[in-house]
Amino acid sequence: METEVKDQLVSIEKPELVAPPNWEPVIMGILCNWCSYAGSDLTGTSRIQYPPNIRIIRVPCSSRVDPWFLIKSLQTTADGVLVSGCHPGDCHYISGNYFARRRFLVTKKLLNFVGFHENRIQFSWVSAAEGPKFAKVVNKVTEDIKKLGPLHLYKKENFDKK
Amino acid sequence: MARVGVFVCFCGANIADYVDVPQVVEEVKRIKEVKYAVEYKYMCSDPGQGLIRDAIVQNKLTSIVVAACSPRMHEKTFRKALSDAGMNPYLLEVANIREHSSWVHQKDKKAATEKAMDLCRMAVAKSIANEQLHEISVPVTKRALVIGGGIAGIQAALDIADARIPVVLVEKSPSIGGKMAQLDETFPTLDCAQCILTPKMVDVASHPYIELIPYAEVLELQGFVGNYKVKIKKKASYVNFKTCTGCGACWQKCPVKVPNEYNMGIDKRKAIYTPFPQAVPNKPVIDAEHCTMLTKGKCGICKKVCLPGAIDYEMQDEIIEREVGAVVVATGYDMWDPTPYEEYGVGRFKDIITSLEFERMVSANGPTNGVPQRPSDGKVPKNVVFIKCVGSRDEAKGIEYCSKICCMYTTKHTILLHHKVHDSHAYVFYMDIRAAGKGYEEFVKKAQVDTGTTYLRGRVSKIYKKGDKLMVRGEDAQIGQVVEVEADLVVLATAVSAPKDNPELARLLGISYDKYGYLSEAHPKLRPVETAKAGIFLAGCTQAPKDIPETVSQASACAAKVCGLFAGDTMKKDPMVSTINNEYCSGCQNCVKVCPYGAIVTDEVPIGHGSKELRTVAKINEGVCQGCGSCVAICRSMAINLAGFTDPQIINEIVSI
Repeated sequence: METEVKDQLVSIEKPELVAPPNWEPVIMGILCNWCSYAGSDLTGTSRIQYPPNIRIIRVPCSSRVDPWFLIKSLQTTADGVLVSGCHPGDCHYISGNYFARRRFLVTKKLLNFVGFHENRIQFSWVSAAEGPKFAKVVNKVTEDIKKLGPLHLYKKENFDKK
Repeated sequence: MARVGVFVCFCGANIADYVDVPQVVEEVKRIKEVKYAVEYKYMCSDPGQGLIRDAIVQNKLTSIVVAACSPRMHEKTFRKALSDAGMNPYLLEVANIREHSSWVHQKDKKAATEKAMDLCRMAVAKSIANEQLHEISVPVTKRALVIGGGIAGIQAALDIADARIPVVLVEKSPSIGGKMAQLDETFPTLDCAQCILTPKMVDVASHPYIELIPYAEVLELQGFVGNYKVKIKKKASYVNFKTCTGCGACWQKCPVKVPNEYNMGIDKRKAIYTPFPQAVPNKPVIDAEHCTMLTKGKCGICKKVCLPGAIDYEMQDEIIEREVGAVVVATGYDMWDPTPYEEYGVGRFKDIITSLEFERMVSANGPTNGVPQRPSDGKVPKNVVFIKCVGSRDEAKGIEYCSKICCMYTTKHTILLHHKVHDSHAYVFYMDIRAAGKGYEEFVKKAQVDTGTTYLRGRVSKIYKKGDKLMVRGEDAQIGQVVEVEADLVVLATAVSAPKDNPELARLLGISYDKYGYLSEAHPKLRPVETAKAGIFLAGCTQAPKDIPETVSQASACAAKVCGLFAGDTMKKDPMVSTINNEYCSGCQNCVKVCPYGAIVTDEVPIGHGSKELRTVAKINEGVCQGCGSCVAICRSMAINLAGFTDPQIINEIVSI
């Protein structure tokens, strides 16, 4: 059943369009305050370098992340989104990251269904002690998005032109 | 129209070297809501804060953006600056251009500057949607729970109780005292452990502000800082402590003999027992596993001889509840089991004992009346070999860390051996002698001279039997040769390990633990007694191996933290909590299901204005809400918002770049 649906999918990705020269993707990073945001701070304190494409938004918990935020990001400003929370079992709010994980999987499936490549939205667990891991995650996400190219259809300028 | 002020910090060279700060200021000035923007060397300094205060007053600003270090660093500082200028402190936003830009893009100044500009734009956009918020006052239950009645728990309980704050002290064994009650003398002063500990134990029992609950375990902890509810299981002791006089007739007549835990199994106790003569409370309990009356229904002698009639074979476990505002965890440590050291013949040779067994033997109230004896034939040993680092600093067989106390207690053991058996000789196999502490190095030096102990630097490779002696073969690294020592008794300085129940306890308290099972502190240097969960503190070896002075200091530090927490009648709480718009709420109660704190309940409101018919809506208890925002994201009708992280604020951030 699922494969049938997949065959009929119309992708909104436009790999045939070539990215403009010097194009750099914008990645929206939505991080929970207690683990991942603290982890990203540690990346800074340890002076670990990573690509400058990510723009970080702080939320109290990954469970605060409404699917709306991901959709809005892709619609307007970002070429990709990274959501990051505490490791399973380590949530500052006891169980928030479990809700986040389930909600994220559903959102990812939905966005996938409407034609976004699955690498456009990514999820990770980064603890407050994992500065190097945060850099690694950002490296990977940036690389993935660079491979995919700009999100031509849903960009602010496209809206503005219409 | 919003009037935003933006303050960009150089942070000395930390930001300015990698981000073109004046250019960021120029760029920010183009945003139409920004009415004032300026850069300064150190925004967090007093003149920097003064700049913010003056600008607020002079430019009638409605919200403030500080582009500097992480909000986790100085958000509080800048909020205070806003308050001082008469502005609501929650109208502040911090753009993190140091940890998130200048420090991580040091090779690309242009990109770092552009990113800093974006971060400023996002913060400006968010700040426009900021609302005035006010701190919430929450009532505090001024009672502390102390888990564990060793020296750490005792000290914490006494210090808190001395500040006239009621304490509930829960101890899992029948008596408080912990490991320290098993020690003979303590380094580096050779005070008798009992002499300094038992008065404190008695103080605990008689203190008007301490409720001592022995033979009990914590089952459940609910609530949040200042307002915890704890469930405690009082294990059935089968002895009514109120009527028992502690006369001891029961355990003298009890026919069942069981290895005595207090004496490390060297002698026997009865099935009805007090752990040791100075136990507090000094009331016996029945060991349900071994009592024949409880297991087979035969005997009943203790009931017959008990004149006050305190024995009750029908007694059941009892679950009690207490309300507390803070928790001190002091569950101590376990001795590491040396079984993996097969080459030492652990388990095969009777005359190899652990250091705590040796401690009990040389103890005046111990099973051998203070004279060490060989477990095999009861003879007094002349040549005793002490092996240090058994389990400690051994990645292959034991644990990686240094147990910290073994060097010192082994030195103490050589002295005690010398005191008890004058013609004895001690050999110590060691890796290093770690004697950092007040008077510790002097203690070791003096002991080496006074006792004439032979120190051999190296590891033991094998122990084997020769006649009734043990041959200890090891390396003396200082002469580079294999040495063999003939020993009557071998004492293993076993490592300190985390209590095996710690992971389970950590889960029920909602705090974290490390890979060894020690409970984790909030910050290894600056917050060593707090956990990441507000209102839960750590004392003693449950956090990491420690000696007695350190344990006592940490316990007193916990007490100070608890007293500080209880200093006011109410506690100030961040106003970042969820609010419900009743007009939108459909009463689906999805939010009730996801709330990890049970902060959301249902309420009935009239359907329309003046209507008598009611409908269900959700209602949030501000005092309980911790502001995670789970309910906001789950709400289909968008009736819930989280102050400080509202939908408009976050969407503004997203669309601003």
